[in-house]
Amino acid sequence: MTITTTTAARKQRLFDPKLLLGILVVAALLVVSLFTGVYDIFGNTDGGEMFAITRIPRTIALVLAGAAMAMCGLVMQLLTQNRFVEPTTTGTTEWAGLGMLTVMITFPTAGLNLRMIGAIAFAFVGTMIFFLFLRRVTLRFSLIVPIIGIMLGAVVSSISTFVALQTNMLQSLGVWFAGSFTSVLRGQYELLWIVAAVGVVVFLAADRFTVAGLGEDIATNVGVNYNRVIFLGTGLIAIATGVVTVVVGNLPFLGLIVPNLVSMVRGDDLRSNLSWVCLTGIAIVTVCDLFGRLVIMPFEVPVSVILGIFGSVVFIALLLRQRRRG
Amino acid sequence: MAESTRTAETVSHPGSGALSAPGAARRYWLVLTALALVGGLSGFGLLAWDNPMPVGSRGFWLIANLRTENLIVMAVVAFCQTLATVSFQTVTNNRIITPSIMGFESLYVAIQTASVYFLGAAGLAMLQGVPQFILQVLLMVGFALLLYGWLLSGRYGNLHVMLLIGIITGGGLGSVSAFMQRLLTPSEFDLLAARLFGSVSNADADYLPIAIPLCLVAGIALWWKARSLNVLALGKDVAQNLGLRHRTQTMQVLFLVSILMAVSTSLVGPMTFFGFLAATLAYQFAGTYDHRYIFPVALLTGFSVLTLAYFVMNHIFYAQGVVSIIIELVGGSVFLIVILRKGRL
Repeated sequence: MTITTTTAARKQRLFDPKLLLGILVVAALLVVSLFTGVYDIFGNTDGGEMFAITRIPRTIALVLAGAAMAMCGLVMQLLTQNRFVEPTTTGTTEWAGLGMLTVMITFPTAGLNLRMIGAIAFAFVGTMIFFLFLRRVTLRFSLIVPIIGIMLGAVVSSISTFVALQTNMLQSLGVWFAGSFTSVLRGQYELLWIVAAVGVVVFLAADRFTVAGLGEDIATNVGVNYNRVIFLGTGLIAIATGVVTVVVGNLPFLGLIVPNLVSMVRGDDLRSNLSWVCLTGIAIVTVCDLFGRLVIMPFEVPVSVILGIFGSVVFIALLLRQRRRG
Repeated sequence: MAESTRTAETVSHPGSGALSAPGAARRYWLVLTALALVGGLSGFGLLAWDNPMPVGSRGFWLIANLRTENLIVMAVVAFCQTLATVSFQTVTNNRIITPSIMGFESLYVAIQTASVYFLGAAGLAMLQGVPQFILQVLLMVGFALLLYGWLLSGRYGNLHVMLLIGIITGGGLGSVSAFMQRLLTPSEFDLLAARLFGSVSNADADYLPIAIPLCLVAGIALWWKARSLNVLALGKDVAQNLGLRHRTQTMQVLFLVSILMAVSTSLVGPMTFFGFLAATLAYQFAGTYDHRYIFPVALLTGFSVLTLAYFVMNHIFYAQGVVSIIIELVGGSVFLIVILRKGRL
């Protein structure tokens, strides 16, 4: 009896009328994104074609990248049991950049696919190192985790800087790392669809991640193969981060602030929160990108810059709030 | 941990103290002498190597004088970074973080960018020189004070929240700078870029008369506080139990650290892992908990590392530009090894 009521309650929680409202808001934002730009798509004869070449891919990229990075943050926070962890505070993004750089140097003619594989492989190794480290090292304070992660990222990025300097790629490195949707065109962004597949897998495995988030002992007790779930989670995070880093660049703090905001409002059920996390991620990225497009029109500010400013302010507010509660 | 057990074992020794284990004092002074020799030799090497004039002649000293400035800058940087890092690690009770991550570097970049952005190339020329240096140091120390005063005082004061907020503020400031840099004209950006790549050879000799007294005052104050630092290193609870006003002492030490870091960063620009590298090596060399013994070792280690790196890079590999990056790389790798070997934070 109780089981059926909880399932019913859960169903209700999953298909919330508020969710519909959220979807509508995000859809409106995306429409605004479609019709924002310097080129006048209505006044010119080739307007329709330009629309298809630049605006639609850009908006799709916003959706995919925003949802993916927000989800990565959520999964990472669950698996490490730490609220302040995400790809940019664990060095995953820096590892992906190093992987991309390595491929660029060893195979100068490599296409997007090969670069992406390099980025994913390095991101996977880097995240695994971080997770292993978290399991081996006894931590006294949870806030030490992001500090160590950021320093780890600094080490990796100093290696990247050194390699880039030796091979005269320093300038291009800066351009790659600055996440921006400016160069997202038809024929160059399609790889991002891989991220959609990652999203589906996260949805399917959501409950396993939630259980794994309770810790190795509890997870094993209820019959979940803890190591396999960790492995799966790391793999998904690495794929999403790698793909987004190669196609778009670095999107700082997104994975950190979105899950925290959502769980502040809704509590900690991964499966029902997931759609909200995706929506909020998309909304924040879209707003930041729109702002970046409009603020110095006809030029653009990379979305990573806007996100960096906005994200750090939100992050600090979150920290202060947590401090109040102890 | 190792230090405390050692002292526990040797309490009965008549000369119990920082270096009471048999042979410890001798080992310490040997290490100190060796470091001084290495530092002195590589420093002298930097002055004398490739000098066409015979040692001791008037021409030799003329050329050496030109190079002395760099050497003094290195000494100042080593002094600032090592003392600041050791004190910072003691206060935070954590030997794997450095004060550089606290946003000083991003603040330096942000100040430079903002001055170009708001004042333009002409205004920048006006701000050049000593007033700009003083302003920068003041702003950095003010920023640090604001951060500590706000986050460490009051009922919710928490060191780790302060650290993390410092880092994140640094990241946010970096983004603000990037935003402003996007809006600069290319010629203004060129002007700025020349200032952002700090290195020892770029430091202006005019700053030294201000930088050196500042460092000395902060350094002497830290030396004077060494006994408090020894107690602070035991952790908050023990320190309070022993009658130390933990929060006040922490704030005072952090203030001194911020002066040292501000001077170093304003002088030569970012050096993230240098202080960490020197401090980690110094703990190994010194083998004691007493800051009066650690400080000199750390200072000499830092100076030796810096001069040796410059000497090797300048005269053996002819790669002057990458010195600071090499130091960062080695420092970063040591950081990783230390974390993995330690197993506990």
